[in-house]
Amino acid sequence: MRWFWIDRFTEFERGRRAVAVKNVSLVEEQIDNYLPGFPIMPASVIIEGLAQTGGLLVGESSGFTDRVVLAKINSARFHELAVPGDTLTYTTIIETRQADGAIVRGTSHIQDRLQAEVELVFAHLGERFQGGDLFYPERLLCMVRLLGMYDVGRDEHGQPIVPPAYMLDAERVANLPGRRDAGGAGESAPAGSKNSQPAT
Amino acid sequence: MPPTKQEIFNKIRAALVDALGVDDDEVIPQATMVGDLGAESIDFLDIVFRLEKTFGIEIPRSELFPEDILTSAEYVQNGRVTPAGVEELKRRMPFADLSRFEANPAVQDFGNLLTVSDLCRYVESKVAAVD
Repeated sequence: MRWFWIDRFTEFERGRRAVAVKNVSLVEEQIDNYLPGFPIMPASVIIEGLAQTGGLLVGESSGFTDRVVLAKINSARFHELAVPGDTLTYTTIIETRQADGAIVRGTSHIQDRLQAEVELVFAHLGERFQGGDLFYPERLLCMVRLLGMYDVGRDEHGQPIVPPAYMLDAERVANLPGRRDAGGAGESAPAGSKNSQPAT
Repeated sequence: MPPTKQEIFNKIRAALVDALGVDDDEVIPQATMVGDLGAESIDFLDIVFRLEKTFGIEIPRSELFPEDILTSAEYVQNGRVTPAGVEELKRRMPFADLSRFEANPAVQDFGNLLTVSDLCRYVESKVAAVD
């Protein structure tokens, strides 16, 4: 199972705001197993989806050089259940951005109805937390392409955003002959697929 | 015009209510952040974010949380802060009332020292420096 709790970005304004959608389907494992016979989308994975939407927004603003982690769920309120057939629209806005992290507000809507609202605190893992990178750059790049970040993303001047050079370099190296198992193309995005082409 | 002490307190109270999920009336000057208001380490990051934004100030981690002193072999012996360490803490944290800690300077008790009142004094000094 892949830990993707959004299907794709539909809007992405660097350092400010991101919107993503998540389609809830009866085929999903968590729907079957959470409350058997009562298929709903667990609140916890709705929060995770909002955290992925907001966390990638925070991370992208530094070119993914800060190691961003979800530190705290400050509040989470749910107004209705999400069930198979619903499309959840996650909107996240960076409220506060500081050197050590960010506070992000998020909402989930089903059509025009507010389904849930959260406030999340993201922290940057500083030098006190050793242990290297959280992601291989080429795998993270593959993931955000799958999510359509570079299809819809715009910078502060309204121009399309592009991946950082170091991620493209890592991808190039990972895709060299004999290095394909280094994780460059990811598990289900073979080189040459739409989302694996470098954005230019 | 710089904010009054009452205005600073009101804004700090609002930040603590949002960050800690406590009620307005629990945030009183003598309340300790950890013991009375239930703040955990990650909450301090949240609180710092809010105060920096609300007051337009920068809060270096080492000013509110002098971890370097509390983990220093020079200033800590047998789990207790040495007199020299206490002096260094006083110098670093002039806004905090360290008299109780000084009587029994166990490192493990340091986390529960900071009160709402200390936080107000700290922010007052930072705001004054900006103005």
